[in-house]
Amino acid sequence: MIRPHDSIIVQTLGRFLIPVVQIFGLYVLFFGQYGPGGGFVGGVILGTGMILSVLIFGHDASRSQIAKKILHGDGVGMLIYAGVGGLCMIGGGEFLNYANLEIPGLETASRRSLGIVLTQIGVAVDVAVTAVSIVFSLSAEEIIEDSING
Amino acid sequence: MIFSLQIPLLLLLLVTAAGAIMVKDLMSAVLLLGTYSFFLSVVWGWLGAVDVAFVEAVVGAGLATVLFLLTLFGTAPKDTRFRRPPPSLAVLIVFPLLGLLLLYAAKDLPEFGDPNSPASVHISPIYLEQSYQETHTPNVVTSVLMDYRSLDTMVETVVIFSAGIACALLLRRHSK
Repeated sequence: MIRPHDSIIVQTLGRFLIPVVQIFGLYVLFFGQYGPGGGFVGGVILGTGMILSVLIFGHDASRSQIAKKILHGDGVGMLIYAGVGGLCMIGGGEFLNYANLEIPGLETASRRSLGIVLTQIGVAVDVAVTAVSIVFSLSAEEIIEDSING
Repeated sequence: MIFSLQIPLLLLLLVTAAGAIMVKDLMSAVLLLGTYSFFLSVVWGWLGAVDVAFVEAVVGAGLATVLFLLTLFGTAPKDTRFRRPPPSLAVLIVFPLLGLLLLYAAKDLPEFGDPNSPASVHISPIYLEQSYQETHTPNVVTSVLMDYRSLDTMVETVVIFSAGIACALLLRRHSK
């Protein structure tokens, strides 16, 4: 179990840094099509922001509740990714062939661009949840059981 | 100007890697490993692999260090010093020979950035020329990873997912 850090410097800096880290993670996630970055890095940065709040404010702080909540979402990222593939099959093409996404008014290249965005969100969700989940597994056994059963 | 930084950078890489192996305190070893990842990400950026540099900086220097530290605190809370046995004779003979063999083989690798190397004549030109028209994605790395090689990336996501599940199954069962 991780207790809150008692240094006021760490707490104040954490309060300032965590939102910046989260915004930067979202930026990296959605800017991955235009520059360096993408789903994997964006997901890791998002997860790291939540891990930072757990490390600074402890498991029980209200700031760490979101990290505790998203533990239930293990596998949602996989579902998003495979779901996009399934939608492509429903559209009449191969699995994960984004050109077959059934969205009216979009040409093929834009459909593929949209498919890339959607699958990147899937990867990011999966990576962020897994990072937070591994940190919780390593640090707090009792807390996990309580939050899942209770 | 950038080229004058190459040698110090590679030296720092070697020094931090050797330090992470040699140092007695496990905590210092973990932090040195994080520093090593940071320098490695600078080297990736210098080689032009910006996406790889980004992943190395975030995962190697950030997330992996936290995971190592948590493991360290969970297993050896009081004394993080580590007594290492001296290397055996076989290690001292085999590893320099292996290094020499790899150096000998590296002579046959193509030049860095050689346009006629096997890797850049097969399918890369097609990706570089057509990926923007086909996917409207300026970053070719992203379009290759998420579109042309989408199935591979999905299986990588499955790997990450199963790593999280395996950690949960192994580590979370001692409670109650």
